[in-house]
Amino acid sequence: MHTVVLAVAAFFACAVEMVEALTIVLAVGVTRGWRSVRLGVLAALATLAVVVAVLGPALAALPLDILRAVVGFLLLALGLQWMRKAILRTAGYLPLHDEQKIFDREVADASAATSIGHGHFDWYAFTLSFKGVFLEGLEVAFIVVTFGAAHDDFPMMIGAATAALVTVLAIGAVVHRPLSRVPENSMKFGVGIMLTTFGTFWGSEGVGVSWPGADGAILGLLGAYTSVAFALIRWLQRRDADRLDTVGQGA
Amino acid sequence: MSHVRGFGRFWWDFVVGDDWRLAAGGLVALVTAGLVANTRVAAWWVAPAIVIVTLVASLGRAGRVDRRDPHG
Repeated sequence: MHTVVLAVAAFFACAVEMVEALTIVLAVGVTRGWRSVRLGVLAALATLAVVVAVLGPALAALPLDILRAVVGFLLLALGLQWMRKAILRTAGYLPLHDEQKIFDREVADASAATSIGHGHFDWYAFTLSFKGVFLEGLEVAFIVVTFGAAHDDFPMMIGAATAALVTVLAIGAVVHRPLSRVPENSMKFGVGIMLTTFGTFWGSEGVGVSWPGADGAILGLLGAYTSVAFALIRWLQRRDADRLDTVGQGA
Repeated sequence: MSHVRGFGRFWWDFVVGDDWRLAAGGLVALVTAGLVANTRVAAWWVAPAIVIVTLVASLGRAGRVDRRDPHG
């Protein structure tokens, strides 16, 4: 049960990051051509493979309690950040993440950049695609390495990340457009809650806490954080409505 | 040097993000849970409680900042 929830969390967390990387790659590719973009993507993937190969065993060599405390803290910080942003977006305090808008902006930037002669290597396209894939990929690598090390199951986490990559690439290859219909905000909301759940669970275990019901406590935490998140959305929406009422009466 | 700074900035943005209080709250939650776990009191509720308080405080602050009248 624990492993399934973890694999689902890793899959969606990786998919969210990959959708963002795909948007950048597609925008640069359709504007500047694919040759340099392909090389940029391959170079980024190779660099990421080195990062995972170095970081994975290094983390796995730490004592399990210290590892879980450190990984728990990192996941907690990351998960809370995602939850906060998702709650503010759902409550209407922040604009929703819009892949189409990001794609259009990237296309405009790539079109405005200095053009290159036919047959020359396009450093602009290479650098942009490398940077996009590497930075989003680092987040994927972070999730795979921390989940894999804390749960002592690298193959499962690499499998979840690979499944996310294949799914996003397949959809991207078919539609050849930014994945604006992917419910990215909802995915990020769910993943934020899951990262916070695992961060709390592992972090607490790492500092010596015993959970009632052992792994079953994960589901309890998941339910509690989900309820709190929805209650906070309602609270923020009600506060906003009260404010508008007050402004309306004062006008 | 700028690459190293950029790399450091990436990790800061990635882990700490928009509100450093969330990361600080996460750290306080785990340290407090560890301290309580060394006593005879059950400690499993400590981290979730502090995490929820941290999130509520951060969102309350974000709401207030967002609601500030830019002209007033």
